[in-house]
Amino acid sequence: MALDRARYQRRRTASAITIGLCWAAAALGLAILAAILATLMIKGIAGLTPKVFTEMTPPPGSDGGLLNAIAGSLVMTAIGVIIGTPVGILAGTYMAEYGRYNKVTSVIRFINDILLSAPSIVTGLFVYELMVRPMGHFSALAGSAALAVLVIPTVVRTTENMLLLVPNTLREASSALGLPRSLIIRKVAYKAARAGMLTGILLAIARVSGETAPLLFTSLNNQFWSSDLNAPMASLPVVIFQYALSPYEDWQRLAWAGALMITVAVLTLSIVARWLSSSRTSQ
Amino acid sequence: MEALRRGDRIFRSLTQASAFLVLALLGAIFFSLIAGGFEAFKTFGFSFITTEVWNPVTEQFGALAPIYGTIITSAIAMLIAVPISIGIAVFLTELCPMALRRPIGIAIELLAGIPSIIYGIWGLFIFAPFMQQYVQPALISMFKPVPVLNNLFAGPPYGIGILTSALILAMMVLPFVTAVCRDVFETVPPVLKEAAYGMGCTTREVVRTVVIPYTRVGIVGGVMLGLGRALGETMAVTFVIGNAHRISASIMAPGTTISATIANEFTEAVGDLYTSSLIALGLILFFITFIVLGLAQLMLMRLEKKAGT
Repeated sequence: MALDRARYQRRRTASAITIGLCWAAAALGLAILAAILATLMIKGIAGLTPKVFTEMTPPPGSDGGLLNAIAGSLVMTAIGVIIGTPVGILAGTYMAEYGRYNKVTSVIRFINDILLSAPSIVTGLFVYELMVRPMGHFSALAGSAALAVLVIPTVVRTTENMLLLVPNTLREASSALGLPRSLIIRKVAYKAARAGMLTGILLAIARVSGETAPLLFTSLNNQFWSSDLNAPMASLPVVIFQYALSPYEDWQRLAWAGALMITVAVLTLSIVARWLSSSRTSQ
Repeated sequence: MEALRRGDRIFRSLTQASAFLVLALLGAIFFSLIAGGFEAFKTFGFSFITTEVWNPVTEQFGALAPIYGTIITSAIAMLIAVPISIGIAVFLTELCPMALRRPIGIAIELLAGIPSIIYGIWGLFIFAPFMQQYVQPALISMFKPVPVLNNLFAGPPYGIGILTSALILAMMVLPFVTAVCRDVFETVPPVLKEAAYGMGCTTREVVRTVVIPYTRVGIVGGVMLGLGRALGETMAVTFVIGNAHRISASIMAPGTTISATIANEFTEAVGDLYTSSLIALGLILFFITFIVLGLAQLMLMRLEKKAGT
């Protein structure tokens, strides 16, 4: 049988084109990341003065900083995580330990995965209906609650997955020693899955600290320093949103500085989380 | 001993209550949105989703323009993002030198970690001017002589608008779709690929006739997952969509999406009917994404079952 050289050549060319396109796709992905990070560095560092960390958000046209927004973000993220994490861990525990083979568990897993990707602005609307409207005013507490709603699905997911990885022999061994179920879970399973569960919490923090949409109409914004959880509170993302869309140059510069801070914080958290989970699995 | 038993029972009920709280959360979200949007649905009835008018002054609200904007931006975004994502996934699983696989994979995942407001501010200050200066004029002159298509690419180059939003959305969903595709590509048994290579298949033929058919359900699941993200994405779109409540033939014109409308107008909404209409929009968005994400889950679950057996 004669070798069909033309056909062979055609197949080779087609394959080379496909391979070239795949390389180009990867290059494009990296280029987008590089373009965004480069812009953030250039514009953000230009706006990053010591004042950013020491002064309050200014009125239009004057100089100032982002101190109250940074503090607000930290406070609301912390409260959101403190509320959301225990609920997430307990729910994940039920799914992996008590109800592993239940039908309910698969339904919960299904719903949880939907909540994980559900639009965060809907969470804002939900908390608005649940807290802001009955209370009659915007508050930092409502903002924290909205963030907590976003923390829960992330923590549930990782907790369940990590507990499922714990070998059953560990549980059986401790059961044979006469330990009650709750102690087996808390003293043995949690310990074995600790690094993975911590990763989940870090990822949840990374996720909510950059969220803007759920805060827009729950914690609103506040130009001044506020430590009152029952009053509107500034947060970095909302301030960035407001300042970036403003026509004032001072405000836009602060928006870039804030954007750089959030991105560095979020990316650092997710890299630490990744490192934590990979150092565990390599053991 | 009695104390231990009681602790055991309490812990168990606590975990059970938390697990059911997740279910309750979904129900509560649906319920609160229905309650909040009830007035809008009562006033406008079914015509709420079929009229384009959005006039806060006369209190006439129709959701057609935001619904259209949401669907068209997400559709264009997926058209662009899916081929690129599959390309990157193929690159990461078949072509990339081993030493670079992890770093490049992590870099793509970092793209997913960047908060959406960063895409928004970058899109507004860097990407929109770029579109206005280079891409949009080129598209307008390129499609001018083409009938039908010239309507799609008509009008002055604003920079912001449907097309720019769709491109930003494409960048945002890219890492999600890539991650799912890469994971499912890795489930293809090496034996299948090696057999195909052994028969003399080229890389392209292995991908097209072995890898993609084997993982089709997973790819579709990943695409749906990305679509769910794109539909609900708020901040990035709000910056670059232009917030114009109308349906234009041109994809370069400003428009609006459900989430951008809510983000832009909610705190300024005066009157119960205005607020209620915005919450009703939120309900429509949640409903659409719920169905899309639900289908994505079902498809990925099917694949998992297949991999398990």
